[in-house]
Amino acid sequence: MKTSTWIKLIIVLLVVAIFGAYTLPTVIGKKNTKYISELVGDVLPTDTINLGLDLKGGMHLVLGVETDKALFTVLSRAASNLQQQLLNAKIAADSVIPSGKDATIKITLVDPKDADKAVNIIMNNFPNYKVVSEGQPIVIKLKEQIVEKIKKQAVEQAINVIRNRVNQFGVTEPTVVRAGEDHIVVDLPGIKDANRAVKLLGETARLELHLVDDSVSVADALNGNLPPDDEILYEIKRDPTTGEITKVPFVVKREPIITGDMITNAHVMFGGTLNQPYVAFELNSEGAKIFADFTATHIGKRLAIVLDNAIYSAPVIQSRIGGGRGEITGNFTLEEAHDLALVLRSGSLPAPVKILQKVTIGPSLGKISIEKGKKAMIFGALAVILFMIFYYRLSGLLADLAMALNIIIIFGTMVMLHATLTLPGLAGIALTVGMAVDANVLIYERIREELLIGRSVHDAVNTGYARAFITILDANITTLIVALILYQFGSGPVKGFGITMAIGLLANIFTAVTFTKTVFDIVLEKFRPQRLSI
Amino acid sequence: MVQIIKPGILIDFVSKFKLAVSISIILIIVGIGHLIIKGPKLGIEFKGGTSIQLEFDKPIKVTQLRDAIKDSKIFSDSRIQNIGSSNKRFIVYTKVSTSSTTKSIEDTLKPLLKSKFGDTFKILEVDMVGPKIGKEFRDKGIIAIVLSLIAILIYISLRFQYRFAFGAILALIHDVLITVGFLSLFGYEFTLDVVAAILTIVGYSVNDTIVIFDRIREKVKSNRKLSNVEAINQGVSETLSRTVLTAGTTLFVVLALFLFGGHALKGMSFALLVGIISGTYSSIFIASPTLLLFKGQLIPEKKEVESTDRFKQQIEFDIKQRGG
Repeated sequence: MKTSTWIKLIIVLLVVAIFGAYTLPTVIGKKNTKYISELVGDVLPTDTINLGLDLKGGMHLVLGVETDKALFTVLSRAASNLQQQLLNAKIAADSVIPSGKDATIKITLVDPKDADKAVNIIMNNFPNYKVVSEGQPIVIKLKEQIVEKIKKQAVEQAINVIRNRVNQFGVTEPTVVRAGEDHIVVDLPGIKDANRAVKLLGETARLELHLVDDSVSVADALNGNLPPDDEILYEIKRDPTTGEITKVPFVVKREPIITGDMITNAHVMFGGTLNQPYVAFELNSEGAKIFADFTATHIGKRLAIVLDNAIYSAPVIQSRIGGGRGEITGNFTLEEAHDLALVLRSGSLPAPVKILQKVTIGPSLGKISIEKGKKAMIFGALAVILFMIFYYRLSGLLADLAMALNIIIIFGTMVMLHATLTLPGLAGIALTVGMAVDANVLIYERIREELLIGRSVHDAVNTGYARAFITILDANITTLIVALILYQFGSGPVKGFGITMAIGLLANIFTAVTFTKTVFDIVLEKFRPQRLSI
Repeated sequence: MVQIIKPGILIDFVSKFKLAVSISIILIIVGIGHLIIKGPKLGIEFKGGTSIQLEFDKPIKVTQLRDAIKDSKIFSDSRIQNIGSSNKRFIVYTKVSTSSTTKSIEDTLKPLLKSKFGDTFKILEVDMVGPKIGKEFRDKGIIAIVLSLIAILIYISLRFQYRFAFGAILALIHDVLITVGFLSLFGYEFTLDVVAAILTIVGYSVNDTIVIFDRIREKVKSNRKLSNVEAINQGVSETLSRTVLTAGTTLFVVLALFLFGGHALKGMSFALLVGIISGTYSSIFIASPTLLLFKGQLIPEKKEVESTDRFKQQIEFDIKQRGG
């Protein structure tokens, strides 16, 4: 054989070996792969193909972070700070209203003549704001880059918190990634209780301890007689037997004493007369000191434990509580206590999140899809295989082998790249199977034409390949362009379609041209046939 | 040697042009007309809403299912689809979606079904898309379509002189319109998968056209005495065998996907099926005869087709190398 043929043969064998090795574990299953690894040592790849959620079941969640709310938190803090400063400067303000939508604070003064003084205070003490309007009301706006920074941080922080929570679910290979400006995509393969997971992920989990203001009667406050530094919060009680829900109003100080970011750890404990579950939490040193000092000076008062604006309980402070430990009791079930401890441990979300998209796929549906997809692929491939053998005889068989090699390369590459196989991805493979033999049809038709005009077998094969090559390139390029666009812009399943098709089309150029040509070369050189089975 | 189309066959395709165009126009008018009158049936990923796929242990009637859920606000105007022929699997569609993380749509459905069917059902899949992200999907889909079309247009116009480019683009538009029309006529939803399939058709259907055009060009170059009609008829006839074969092999697999791929792949494989058939038909009967719409020779003599040197070289190389 010629050296060039040898080189081609070696390349082909190498490709078969490498991609075959990567495909094998997927075909024979993890168990058998382990067995083989034990026999030959850890030289072979053991990863199997990554199945998309549509094939193995699980939950796909797109969450939107309400960055406006994070902004609002920052603005309200600045607003109350400003109000204090105006007060110190003896400027009376009618209202100081923050707005998260347009990142502004509107200040309405009692006496418009104070405006200049007020603007001065703002300019000197609030460098992050620019004054939009100096008249009545004064409008100040948070600078654009600061707004961007706050929003960006809110999303990043939210991702971290959600990732923390996801990691405690115990599902294998969860993913939490940012998408676009304020979207978070969470994939939880094989999750059993999807709705509980959604609840856990979505919980803002902002824990605050507020002092109950006993100097104000609740009835008075409900009638609108609420001191400006107080607010009304409700304790939600559920009767364990009837399931009836009652809301009990409390008047509490607006400013929290302890906030959730001071919590370092939380876990479920059991206690009380009924040995009920409760959540014990630990505070960092700063929180511990505040907590100890506060409880020492407020013995006999009540402390409301507030989670996401709902009061869990409002125990009376019996004595100074040192050591930075506290507990949250309530009529928890074990599951509720467990979930509460989890969200407290993982930190609170900087802003609420809402669901933009939720797809839950039961494992049984994934199995049905795989079965059907497999069946369709086998029938389709079988039809193509038989047709090619019927129409092109031995050459057709060769094209079938090329097609098989193409599938092996697709699977092998996907394992190597850790790409995800989805149901449309299976369709993409099926489609490439059809297109893979297209290339060989092009070549063979050309060879037949060349044979018809009386060329020798050797010449016919060589010109057939040479002349069909550009056409094959054409055919693959146009579809490849679309496949890449689909990969770029598609979401989940469609992305899978794009990637299998792109790999398949690229592989096609190798399998349909290089691989089959190598076999032809070897046969032509070794046996010098006078007739071709085509 | 097995042959579907005998070598040396010569069919007068050009004379069938008027008939072909009439058929295409009627199909497009019917299909697109249906789409416009009825409005596009958008999948929930584009318009927002919730779909819940259910499986029952025993066959039930759709009316039973409807009765069970019709009193709920969320499901009062929901649509129910029976999947397969077993009367066990159904999809309930509602326009309602919720962004709340504490209460889900399926939580509302479960007790309704439980009171009527007990524990004989399970939820296989829930797909909920909020209106905001539905718009994002729409935008992305449109970007993908526009980009693909632009990319293919650029490719075609680099590859061919204007007259050929015009024919190829016309065929492309024809295929997309036929596919979209058929999807609407047969009641398929436009989902992300279906959009992906339509884009694939855009990429795929150009191929046949390119092969045929190259052969026509080769015919003109090799024999300047051929009339335009003769060149087109010969070019199409000579490549007919491969056009039919390649479409055929791809159709095998797409047909298998359509028949055996299950509910989830139905829309996608239907679009591919129609698109591939339309693509093959349009390369032969639409793209090629439109070359005659312009007066004069298909390829002017002396002056080479493409303006830039690079493409002059490529075309010369093509013509030397190619034939289909």
